[in-house]
Amino acid sequence: MEKKVRVLVAKVGLDGHDRGAKVVARFLRDAGFEVIYTGLHRTPQEVAMAAVQEDVDVIGISLHSGAHMTLVPKVLNFIREYGGDPDEMVVLVGGIVPEDEFDGLKALGVDGIFIPGTPISEIVDFIKETVPKKKGMKVKS
Amino acid sequence: MDVDKIVEGILSGNKRALARAITFVENEYPEGKEILKRIFPKTGNAHIIGITGFPGVGKSTIVSKLTQEFRARGKTVGIVAIDPGSPFTGGALLGDRLRMDGLDSSKKLWIDPGVFFRSMSSRGRAGGLAAKTGDTVRLMDAFGFDMILVETVGAGQSEVDVIEVADTSIVALMPEMGDDIQINKAGILEIGDIYVVNKADLGGAEKTERWIKAMLMMDQEAVEILSKTTHAQEYEVQTGRIFDKISRAGWTPPVIKTVADRGEGIPELADAIEKHFEYLKNTGKLLETRKHRLSREMIEILVQEIKNYLKKTDKVNFQEMVEKVSKNDLDPHTAVEKMMKSILKDYKD
Repeated sequence: MEKKVRVLVAKVGLDGHDRGAKVVARFLRDAGFEVIYTGLHRTPQEVAMAAVQEDVDVIGISLHSGAHMTLVPKVLNFIREYGGDPDEMVVLVGGIVPEDEFDGLKALGVDGIFIPGTPISEIVDFIKETVPKKKGMKVKS
Repeated sequence: MDVDKIVEGILSGNKRALARAITFVENEYPEGKEILKRIFPKTGNAHIIGITGFPGVGKSTIVSKLTQEFRARGKTVGIVAIDPGSPFTGGALLGDRLRMDGLDSSKKLWIDPGVFFRSMSSRGRAGGLAAKTGDTVRLMDAFGFDMILVETVGAGQSEVDVIEVADTSIVALMPEMGDDIQINKAGILEIGDIYVVNKADLGGAEKTERWIKAMLMMDQEAVEILSKTTHAQEYEVQTGRIFDKISRAGWTPPVIKTVADRGEGIPELADAIEKHFEYLKNTGKLLETRKHRLSREMIEILVQEIKNYLKKTDKVNFQEMVEKVSKNDLDPHTAVEKMMKSILKDYKD
């Protein structure tokens, strides 16, 4: 089966920097994905509920506040609480993440981490490769 | 999740099931059609409200504030918000959801158990809606929402498809969008059951309001004249959109000034929406217009079914027909008549 890829680009918590998230959202649009942007200052509950209601294939959480080890697991747990399954989604984190915390995030179920300077094509390729693997269906673009 | 689980989930208030059903329907999986068949008996209870208007007039903000207002009145609300898909890449930036609650989460619409919000790409379709908007509304209706808000793509002058799904259509404008000639042009400005002049704190709102009211007075007269003329063919009156125009006799659309981001005028707008629904129910026009919409939808499904059937059957020899027509051995009308005969003989679902 074939489907269009839906991506949620999310800003969580007290972090007002969304230039990066907007640029990524815009380029994922141009890669042929359907991109939902949450806007700033969402709570983990709000992001999780949006992921469930929008039935997204990819959730990308943008963080520049350093709170990723706290907020990312909260989002994933609330997705479970709302009946969703983060293991069915490709989970991405973008922004300022120290390299020594990559493993910690991956252990939580994060599939890909993209720090400033990442070429946008790398994110697009990662999504196109990982979505079919995780969802077991062809990507339509 | 399989079809049984999803249907059961939708009918028992499981949002995850509703979300997955919309995905199946939107991507035209066979399961989607099956789910739609099974939930259909549970539909017909929601008040379906369409909100349309040009890009940037504040449709999403109005939707957010209206949802807050209806929640305060004890109603549950489902929302389908459509944004355009790219004609070049097929991608879309769906930016309606982020207006929900704006930056103030105190109303908690995002996690409110009585609210469900789904963003949808038009996927290149003109008209203001996505192909599967109507079916998505039906899924939400079966789920049990009291009201379903359908927010169109930022519409152009001729994008009027919202009347194919909505019981109550709201046309949102703002000041300084053109003069009274613009207001009197055919198309989107004819379809409102309620008109909103948003951003009414900007100069010129009264002028826009006056022009809309003058346009509506002429519209009422036009409807009177139209309903007495016979040049509209019987078939057109029975199934065409002219019915929607004539059925407007007796309802004078209110014009409401709002400043949506501050919530001004929103209670008045919610009152008008409820009043219009009462009017539709009391006059019998609700069921009548829904029946007309269904007749148009069924013709559309029929045409689509024939197209789909052509793709999967080998009895029609479509390519052979095309060959013959391209060589002038056959004309297209005779070719289609022959094809119809073999389809009718051969059809099984």
